[in-house]
Amino acid sequence: METILHGLRTVGDTTLRIVERIGAIVLFLGKILRYSGPSFQRFGLVIREMYFAGVQSLIIILVSGLFVGMVLGLQGFETLQSYGSSESVGVLVALSLMRELGPVVSALLFASRAGSAITAEIGLMKATEQLSAMEMMAVNPMARVVAPRFWGGVISMPLLAALFGAMGIIGGFLVTVVMLGVDSGAFWSQMQAAVDFHHDIVNGMIKSLVFGIAVSAIATFEGYEAPPTAEGVSGATTRTVVSSSLAILALDLLLTAFMMKGWN
Amino acid sequence: MNRTTLNLWVGIFVLLGFAAFLMLAFKVGNLSFGGAGSTYDVVAHFDNIGQLKERAPVRSAGVLVGRVQSVSFDTKHYNAEVRMAIDAQYHFPVDSSASVLTSGILGEQYVGLDAGGDDKMLKNGDEIKLAQGAMVLERLIGQFLFNKAQDGGSDKTAKGVQ
Amino acid sequence: MTNLVEISDLNFGYGESLVLKGINLTVPRGSLVAIMGLSGCGKTTLLRLMGGQLQAQQGSVRVAGQELNHMDERQLYAMRRRIGMLFQFGALFTDLTVFDNVAFQMREHTDLPESMIRDLTLMKLNAVGLRGVQSLMPSELSGGMARRVALARATALDPQLMLYDEPFTGLDPISLGAIGRLVRQFNDALGITSVLVTHDVQESMKIVDYIYFVADGVIVAQGSPAEIRASTLPFVHQFVWGEADGPMPFHYPSQTMGADFGLAGEVR
Repeated sequence: METILHGLRTVGDTTLRIVERIGAIVLFLGKILRYSGPSFQRFGLVIREMYFAGVQSLIIILVSGLFVGMVLGLQGFETLQSYGSSESVGVLVALSLMRELGPVVSALLFASRAGSAITAEIGLMKATEQLSAMEMMAVNPMARVVAPRFWGGVISMPLLAALFGAMGIIGGFLVTVVMLGVDSGAFWSQMQAAVDFHHDIVNGMIKSLVFGIAVSAIATFEGYEAPPTAEGVSGATTRTVVSSSLAILALDLLLTAFMMKGWN
Repeated sequence: MNRTTLNLWVGIFVLLGFAAFLMLAFKVGNLSFGGAGSTYDVVAHFDNIGQLKERAPVRSAGVLVGRVQSVSFDTKHYNAEVRMAIDAQYHFPVDSSASVLTSGILGEQYVGLDAGGDDKMLKNGDEIKLAQGAMVLERLIGQFLFNKAQDGGSDKTAKGVQ
Repeated sequence: MTNLVEISDLNFGYGESLVLKGINLTVPRGSLVAIMGLSGCGKTTLLRLMGGQLQAQQGSVRVAGQELNHMDERQLYAMRRRIGMLFQFGALFTDLTVFDNVAFQMREHTDLPESMIRDLTLMKLNAVGLRGVQSLMPSELSGGMARRVALARATALDPQLMLYDEPFTGLDPISLGAIGRLVRQFNDALGITSVLVTHDVQESMKIVDYIYFVADGVIVAQGSPAEIRASTLPFVHQFVWGEADGPMPFHYPSQTMGADFGLAGEVR
């Protein structure tokens, strides 16, 4: 009896903590938006962060996109060939990349590459009193440090997802058309007939924008609220990756459900 | 890092991103059915639409000319009302006919348009009067069996008369 | 108005326990006042209250006649433009060069042309003797140099009030002397009022005008350096002369030795 009660209490505690955390992140997001004015008046600040969040994630995004596309092409070809419709492999590659893999995988990579870096940077600035120093120089760290990093991430994410998708298609093309000899014309035309601009590509971009907002908000939140110690910062970095990944997958389910409901 | 190099890199990144997006839009997705301005709506009533869904293609002579916009049940006539968005560059005579067809044996269902001979063209909001619903497999089989039975029966009666 | 900072009947605590209890303290304009005490006695907290980074539960903190406790964020940021603060380890922005660190406030708060910002920044760096390191990153500086750059940065917009949080911690004797001299120099030459939080008795005794002693969240003694040196209060005496044992016991309160070592029966 005791153990059952204890178990229930643990479940309750954890649930409450998660809800509390989500609430805190949403409030923090509101605060970021409130202090976003300077980010757009001095867009150089955001450009700087786009360099760190976007440009520095390029290599990993491009390479992973290429590989994911190649694997999709290979697997799709294997399966479709047994139904005698290997030309449809382009459809399979494109639809899985546009609807799911592009936005989700690029967001997961973004969370572990850029999100963790944002958390570590802000956390360290806090631990070394740089944020306090800024505050004492009458400069609000929310406006000067947090908001530009948030917007840099939000703007970079859809661009990275588009690049991931494009690289994936190229990877699929290379494997199936160049290596396995699928007809090039059929590859593209079947893909074009099946992929719809609004419902596949635009929706995919909307997803990646939402993921970008979630990851950037979580990363800046964890950094800003990190305990100002070495352990605190490293713990916050780990939490950023874990909770961003969970948030991405949960949001993906929600968004997919909404978008599908919109179609049928 | 130098400010100008940094800006240059971000510029390259943004351009690459947009290029990728455009590639996806034009090379992968078919952006010919884009904004609402470039299409016009026509309506058709079918007695049965089978598995026809929203966004299903509308084809004429096998060429994609539009997409199904909405499917609803018409409570006045007790049949299915299908609204289609046709690309503005394609015009069809008012006496064109629409039918729900299936691509391949088990493929997706689509609306086929067959052009009529009238001089007047369909405009936004017009209705296609000639509409042929979907073939439903059960009915088809049922009809086949019924015909078979009828044939058999008539044979018997014929024999009986003999 | 002769006092720039006036603190009266101040109570402050994190959560339940009070860190500061009934503090009364004034800092006259143009003076250099030190707040001394053991580590963790609440003196840094006191400094943060003066900078408006913390708000007191009870009592008042007035800077230049304005009550900090009831200010909204905008007023607080306006007030902070008149306050400079030197942090314990400098807290230089690690992603900016020394020059950009010192120029930071001018760029954020003024519309001065870049050429003027350059001149002012170099003047500030020259005042701390570090014009030569302007293009280095903070990570390339020694602890003493970083502290001096931070001092140049904190005084960049000529504040009325300077707050120093442990400016002498972890410095070699030469850097320590240099920082001490600069603190006094800035105070006199620029007419800045300064509050110095430290536990370095010998160095601060040389430069300050007045000293407050804080222990366990209350002010236990105050006076000029000469008065403090001559003080007969046991705690102050122990602190000033750095004796290991005294009213501040060497041993943290604990069980009897017999109980801890399990010798209860044998020790008489």
